[in-house]
Amino acid sequence: MKLTESFRLALQNIRTSKARSFLTMLGIIIGIAAVMVIIGIGSGMESYMRSMFQDLGTNTLTVTMTGTGTSREVSVDDMYEIVEANATFFSDLSPTVTMRSTVKVGSESLSSTSTTGVGEGYFDIKGYKLEQGRGLSYVDMANRGQVCIVGNYIDDVWFSGQSVGQTLRIGGSKFTIIGVMEQQADEMDEGGSDDVVFLPYSTAARLSGQGTPSSYTVLLSDEDLTSAASDVLEQELYSRLRSDDAYRVTSMSMVLDIMTEMINVVITVLAVIAGISLVVGGVGIMNIMLVSVTERTREIGIRKALGAKERYILSQFVIEAAVISAIGGAIGIAMGFGLSSVATVLISTMLEVEMTVTPTVQSILIAFGGSAAIGIVFGYLPARKAALLNPIDALRYD
Amino acid sequence: MEQQKAPPLIEFRNVCKTYYMGDTVVRAADNINLSIYAGEFVAIVGKSGSGKSTCMNIIGCLDVPTSGQYLLDGRDVGQMSKDTLAQFRNEKLGFIFQQYNLLPKLSVLDNVAVPLMYAGKSRKERKEIAAHALERVGLSDKLKNLPSQLSGGQQQRVSIARALSNGPSVILADEPTGALDSRTGREVLGILRSLHEAGNTVVLITHDNSIAATAERVIRLEDGRVVYDGPADAPASGVRKDEVAGQ
Repeated sequence: MKLTESFRLALQNIRTSKARSFLTMLGIIIGIAAVMVIIGIGSGMESYMRSMFQDLGTNTLTVTMTGTGTSREVSVDDMYEIVEANATFFSDLSPTVTMRSTVKVGSESLSSTSTTGVGEGYFDIKGYKLEQGRGLSYVDMANRGQVCIVGNYIDDVWFSGQSVGQTLRIGGSKFTIIGVMEQQADEMDEGGSDDVVFLPYSTAARLSGQGTPSSYTVLLSDEDLTSAASDVLEQELYSRLRSDDAYRVTSMSMVLDIMTEMINVVITVLAVIAGISLVVGGVGIMNIMLVSVTERTREIGIRKALGAKERYILSQFVIEAAVISAIGGAIGIAMGFGLSSVATVLISTMLEVEMTVTPTVQSILIAFGGSAAIGIVFGYLPARKAALLNPIDALRYD
Repeated sequence: MEQQKAPPLIEFRNVCKTYYMGDTVVRAADNINLSIYAGEFVAIVGKSGSGKSTCMNIIGCLDVPTSGQYLLDGRDVGQMSKDTLAQFRNEKLGFIFQQYNLLPKLSVLDNVAVPLMYAGKSRKERKEIAAHALERVGLSDKLKNLPSQLSGGQQQRVSIARALSNGPSVILADEPTGALDSRTGREVLGILRSLHEAGNTVVLITHDNSIAATAERVIRLEDGRVVYDGPADAPASGVRKDEVAGQ
């Protein structure tokens, strides 16, 4: 007797008792769907965070100067020296000065526009490209030039795409627009990554009354050496500032790694808990199969009298259990997809976060394989009981 | 008889079967010797407790003797593994039960095809053979029906078709008329007779003398022993020919 016959028998039997088979599957369906949604949320969270961090740059280190606990200072030139002296780790640097001054175009205030003073290398470090005009140069830094580069949103909304050569005011000073950035976000919004103005850090530092830039963005030569590079930078800064509290070096990729690891731990714990419901589902299958074997004792007797070997009866019942749980697994996977899209909609409307709950291919394969395996494991005991029945007793059974 | 020149199809050599019911030993078969030849129509008769069910289980390869030998087609059944027993039941025996024992969820055609499935026949072959067997018992128009949609007599005819389907050496009928009224019972016995006339070996197990009289030869059991083995029409057989059903 071929295996396909066992499958046919199993399907035949499941068809004739649909309600019972469905109830038996329910545990598996819920378990699989839960595992899939949880893993989907995990991978959604991870990719959401990754994209957030990628925007901030995972190939850079950020140095924040707090100035706490020391009277020493590190100048911009000192920072450039550090970068040049450690070319294996660092390839470029840009001071950044965040300004709180309001941007004005004519008499209109642009309250949500972010204004940042940067070095001439900043655009290369960040990978920003210009659509029109020129970038900031060393000369602009040295001269504290009254020039700026605007984001595409400002160009579009306030200057109708003709901003190069026009002027705007930052904190009362007049700035000439020399360049326009390419569009960054998919959709340009007020306050978004296209509603920005960049000016020379030296000019920004003077305007905001800061002597030295408050932070630096350092471009790494090799992203894989992030933690070593971070150590080198900390040593260099400590040797100049003599205080741990005066500076802070953060790397987006390290933060991302830590966050990812934490999310993975949480997701694994949740998935294991959901996995327990799969085991409970398996026990449910075993229970029903035991009842089914008892109910079908006479059938087993008849089949044995007609020439069914023990292994045929065994495979008939094992395959029946496996098919039930595999069908349950398939329904669970479909439900997992459904719930994932529901969760995506819920998360984006309730939390206003663009996160997609994406069930991973692995989780689907594991879920399906797992459910079939559960059927085989928990179906084996009842099937063995059936296979070992004495045909004479089984035939006499009512 | 001229068949006795060939080796017997069924041969019991000093077959004993003992059961333990609590502390008491029940000798269900007590040193039984018998031979049944191909083409015979034999009735094994006895009251309840006479050991006829034990005989039927042993002949049907559902059970093995405690001691002694049972040879079916020249092979010692007592030495066989469970798998070989199953294969022997499939190839050599066709069972007809008192309660028909059809599988309730399968169609008539599928029921008849079950032994063929375990014999490893393809689906197409199974359908053809099963349909042919059902034609022989006059149920060609009921192939798609479920057993529950048929009368008792029709169900028993399905079970006869099932017994025939794999071309068995022996057709073993256990009280085949027990659940039927006398008219349909006569019909079923008529089919068994015609199977015998077509050359099949038929072994009928019954407690009913009038039914046993359908056969050519009667083996009477009492307390696990053979007390009569001879022609059904001899007076000593104890079966009353004048009341024979199906004649």
